[in-house]
Amino acid sequence: MTIAMPAPDPRILARGPQIVAALRAALPADAVIDDPQETRAYECDALTAYRCPPLAVTLPRSTAEVAAVMRVCADLGVPVVPRGAGTSLAGGALPTADCVILGTMRLREVLEIDTANRFIRVQTGVTNLSVSAELEPLGFFYAPDPSSQLACTIAGNIAMNSGGAHCLKYGVTTNNLMGATVVLTTGEIVELGGPEMGPAGLDLLGILCGSEGQLGVVTEATLRILPRPEGARPVLIGFDSPEVAGECVANIIRSGVLPVAIEYMDEPCLRAVEAFAKAGYPDCPAVLIVEVEGAPAEIDDQITRIRAIADALNPVEFRESRNADEALAIWKGRKSAFGAMGRLGDYICLDGTVPVGQLPYTLRRIGELSRQHGLEVANVFHAGDGNMHPLILFDANTPGDLARAEAFGADILRLCVQVGGCLTGEHGVGVEKRDLMGDQYAPEDLAIQMQVKDVFDPDWLLNPAKVFPLDASAAHRAAR
Amino acid sequence: MTVALDLAPASEAEVAEIIADRHARRAPLRIVGGGTRVENRARGEALSLSRLSGVVTYSPGEMTLIARPGTPLPEIKAMLEAEGQALAFEPPDLRGILSGNGTPSLGGMVAANASGPRRVLAGACRDHLLGVRFVDGRGRLLKNGGRVMKNVTGLDLSKLLAGSHGTLAALTEVVLKTLPLLPARTTLAFPGVTQATALRIFTAALSTPFEVSGAVHVGGTAYLRIEGLERQLAYRRDRLLALLAEHRPEVLDDAPWGAMRDVAHFADGGPLWRILCKPTDAPEICAGLRAMGGDSSLDWGGGLIWYRGPGNPRALAPHATLIRRDTATGPAFPPQSGAVARLQDGLRRAFDPAGILNPGLMDA
Ligand SMILES: Cc1cc2nc3c(=O)[nH]c(=O)nc-3n(C[C@H](O)[C@H](O)[C@H](O)COP(=O)(O)OP(=O)(O)OC[C@H]3O[C@@H](n4cnc5c(N)ncnc54)[C@H](O)[C@@H]3O)c2cc1C
Ligand SMILES: Cc1cc2nc3c(=O)[nH]c(=O)nc-3n(C[C@H](O)[C@H](O)[C@H](O)COP(=O)(O)OP(=O)(O)OC[C@H]3O[C@@H](n4cnc5c(N)ncnc54)[C@H](O)[C@@H]3O)c2cc1C
Repeated sequence: MTIAMPAPDPRILARGPQIVAALRAALPADAVIDDPQETRAYECDALTAYRCPPLAVTLPRSTAEVAAVMRVCADLGVPVVPRGAGTSLAGGALPTADCVILGTMRLREVLEIDTANRFIRVQTGVTNLSVSAELEPLGFFYAPDPSSQLACTIAGNIAMNSGGAHCLKYGVTTNNLMGATVVLTTGEIVELGGPEMGPAGLDLLGILCGSEGQLGVVTEATLRILPRPEGARPVLIGFDSPEVAGECVANIIRSGVLPVAIEYMDEPCLRAVEAFAKAGYPDCPAVLIVEVEGAPAEIDDQITRIRAIADALNPVEFRESRNADEALAIWKGRKSAFGAMGRLGDYICLDGTVPVGQLPYTLRRIGELSRQHGLEVANVFHAGDGNMHPLILFDANTPGDLARAEAFGADILRLCVQVGGCLTGEHGVGVEKRDLMGDQYAPEDLAIQMQVKDVFDPDWLLNPAKVFPLDASAAHRAAR
Repeated sequence: MTVALDLAPASEAEVAEIIADRHARRAPLRIVGGGTRVENRARGEALSLSRLSGVVTYSPGEMTLIARPGTPLPEIKAMLEAEGQALAFEPPDLRGILSGNGTPSLGGMVAANASGPRRVLAGACRDHLLGVRFVDGRGRLLKNGGRVMKNVTGLDLSKLLAGSHGTLAALTEVVLKTLPLLPARTTLAFPGVTQATALRIFTAALSTPFEVSGAVHVGGTAYLRIEGLERQLAYRRDRLLALLAEHRPEVLDDAPWGAMRDVAHFADGGPLWRILCKPTDAPEICAGLRAMGGDSSLDWGGGLIWYRGPGNPRALAPHATLIRRDTATGPAFPPQSGAVARLQDGLRRAFDPAGILNPGLMDA
C-alpha cells in the first residue's frame, strides 16, 4: 500500500455522534447509516486494495435530501465523498474515516424522454445500462457504454467522464451530456445546461463533467440520445506482430471508414481468454476486433474497405461474421477478457492513453518493463483512440507484490506521458494516479485546477484527498 | 475599420510577460485574434495574437492538429483538405456578418466555440478540442488536456476555455481532433415550407440512423444534408426521400452550405442575434420574432435560430447573444443570475484576479 490518505481529523471523529444526529434530523430514518457492520459495505470501490469505512453513510432519495446532507456537512465542516455504484477503478469513491459518504444510488427516476429533441432526463442513480434499456423500445440509445454498464450509475459516469468501446465514433460522456442538476457545498441547487444546444455563457457543464466529485453533487442529468443504427457487425483480424496491428489501426482511421469500435488484444490476453472462454481466436501475437454499423449493404461496403487495408498488411487471419451468432462469437472473447484475467490472479487495470501512432512502441516498452519488474501484463484495449488497458497480474497474498505491481504501473503511466499521452483516458485519477499528476502537469497547471475547485468548494469538503497530490493540495485543504 | 495593434507578441513567453506586467499594473487588455469581430467592446489596450501563428504538428494518421492561435482558419482548412481531412464541426467564417476586415483565426474559433451546421451530428468545437496551452490573467503559462483522443486526467479546463471569448485566458496553442472528409454529399431541399413544417422534417430526419449532417431552414426552404461513402449515400438518400415524400423533397447535388453556415443571408446589416433553444420550441419563438418585426433562419435542426431585426428576443428565448449590435442596446451575452453568476465571476477571478482580460466583454 503505497498511496497515503491524510490522517482523519480527530476533531471530526470526536463529534461523530453529533454529526450523525444532525444527519438523522435532516433525513428520513433509513437514509442514514452509522452501524459499523453496515458502513463497511462502503469501505472501498473497485480499487479494492484500499479500504476505509466512513464515519457515516447517507442515502438520500431526492435532490432536496442531497442538499440537506450537504448543508449539514458544510455546517459541521465534515468532508463528503459522493458515491454512485462504487465501480471506480481509481479509488474515486474511497472514503476516509472522517467523511460522510453521500450515495446517490437511490435517485433512480427517469424524469423525461423527449425523442423529438433527442434527450433523456434522469436522476443520476440510474445505471448506465438501464438508460439504454429505457430507450430501446423507442429506437434510440445512449452512446457511452462502459464495460461496467450493468452496475455503474450515470452519476459516476459524469464524475469520471466515462467512455466505452463505442466512443471511437460517439465520444465519451462529456460529448453526450447536455445538462445537469448540481448541489453545491452551500446546499444551493443549480441547473447547468439543458435541452438547448450549448451554453451562451461559460461552459460550466464542461468542467463539471470529469471533475470526479470535486465540484458538486450531480443529482439529475440531461443526456443526448441517438437513433439506433440499423445493424452492426464485427470482423476479427489477427496479426503476427503488435507493430503491424498498430499500423492497421492507424490506416483504418485515416481511410475515412469510421468504425464504432477497434479493440485490441495481445498474446497474454488471448491465451487467458482462450483458456477461459474458448472463443476460438487465432493463435497469434495480436488480434483486432473492428465493428462497423449501418444497413447490410453499408456494412458490406465498409468491411470490404477494411479488408483491403488489412490485406495489404498480410494478416494471419481475417474473420468476418456472417450472422448474429458469428458476431457474438467474435465479441465473446473480448467481453470475457476481464473475467478471464481475474482467474489468473489479482490485477490492477490501468488506462493510460497514447497517440495511436505510438501504440507499437508503447506495447514493446511495456513488454520490456514487464520483464524488468518480473510481473506479467496483458493488454486489452480501445485501440482506435489509443486508450490502453494494461492489466498487471500479481498475487495479493505475496508480501510486496502489490507494491511491485504499483511501481510497474507507475512506470507504464510515465511511459504513456513521455510518448505524448496521458495518465488516464477514462477511469479517472482518484487516489490511484493522484501522486503521478506531477508527471503530467507542472505545479502551476495543477494550481489553476485547484483554484477552480476553490470557486466551487472553497472549504474543500468534496472528495478532498483525491486527484491532486496531497502536498500540492495541503494549503487548499487547510482552508477548512 | 482597422484596429491599432499596440502589442503583437511573437512567442508564448512574450505573451506571458506582457500579461504579467499588465496584471501587476492592473491595466486591461483587449485580446484580438484574426480581428474579424470588430465589435469587441472590452476596454483596454489591444493584444494581438496574430503573430503567434503556424502549425506545430499535424499528424493525419493520428487525426491531430497542434497549431498556434494566430494561424488563419482558411490556411488550416486548406492544409487539412489536402490530406482528405477536416475540422468536423465545420467552423463558420463570420466575416460577412461581422464586417471586420481580418481573417478568422484558430484561436478566435476556439474562443467563440465556433461550430457550423454539422454540429447536429459531429458536436461543437469544444468536443474536438483535445488540449490547450494558455496564459492566464496573472501571466502564468499553463496547459490542460493533451493530444490524445481520451483524457480524463484532472479538471477539463479546455472545455471551459472554449467559448470563453478571451475573458479567462489568452490561448497560445490549441490541439484539435481532425476527421476524414467524407467523400460524397447530397442535399434534400424542401422549397416553400414554413418553419413549423421544417421542424417536423428535421425531427423526422434526425430520428433516423442516416446521420443527417445538416438541417437548416433559410428563406422558406428547408435543407437536409447527408455525407458519407458513395454507396451509403445513395441508400440513405432514398430512405429519406421515402420517409419525407409528403413534403416533396428535391435532390440537389450541391446546395449553398458554406453560405448558410456563414449566415450570408443576414450579411446586409441590422442587429443580429444568435439564439439557442430546444429545437421543438423554435417555431413558436420564430413566430414571436416575426411579431417583433424581424426575420429568422434555423440551423442545427431548430436548435439554433438566427434573428435579424429590432427588439430584444430574450423575453422569448433567454439564451440569446447579440452578435452584431448595429442599433441594438444592452448586454451582448445573456445575463446570468444567482449561483451560476457567482460561479462564473469566481472563475473569472481565479483565472484573472485583476480583471484585465477582455474586461466586461461577456457581461456588457
Ligand atoms: C469491470 C469494470 C469495467 C469498467 N469498464 C469501464 C469502461 O469501459 N469505461 C470506463 O470509463 N470506466 C470503466 N470502469 C470504471 C467505472 O465503472 C466508471 O468510472 C464508472 O463511471 C463509475 O460509476 P459508479 O456509479 O460506480 O461511480 P463510483 O465508483 O461510485 O464513483 C466514481 C466517482 O464519481 C464520484 N461520484 C459518484 N456519484 C457522484 C455524484 N452524484 N455527484 C458527483 N460525483 C459523484 C465519486 O466521488 C467518485 O469520484 C470499469 C470498472 C469496472 C469495475
Ligand atoms: C458577442 C459575440 C458573440 C459571438 N458568439 C459566437 C458564437 O457563439 N459562435 C460563433 O461561431 N461565433 C461567434 N461570434 C463570432 C466569433 O467571435 C468570430 O467569428 C470568431 O471568433 C472570429 O475569429 P477571429 O480570429 O477573427 O477572432 P477575433 O475577432 O479577433 O476575436 C473574437 C473573440 O475571440 C477572442 N480571441 C481571439 N483570439 C484569442 C486567443 N488566442 N485567446 C483568447 N481569446 C481570443 C477575442 O478576444 C474576441 O473576444 C460572436 C461574436 C460576437 C461579437
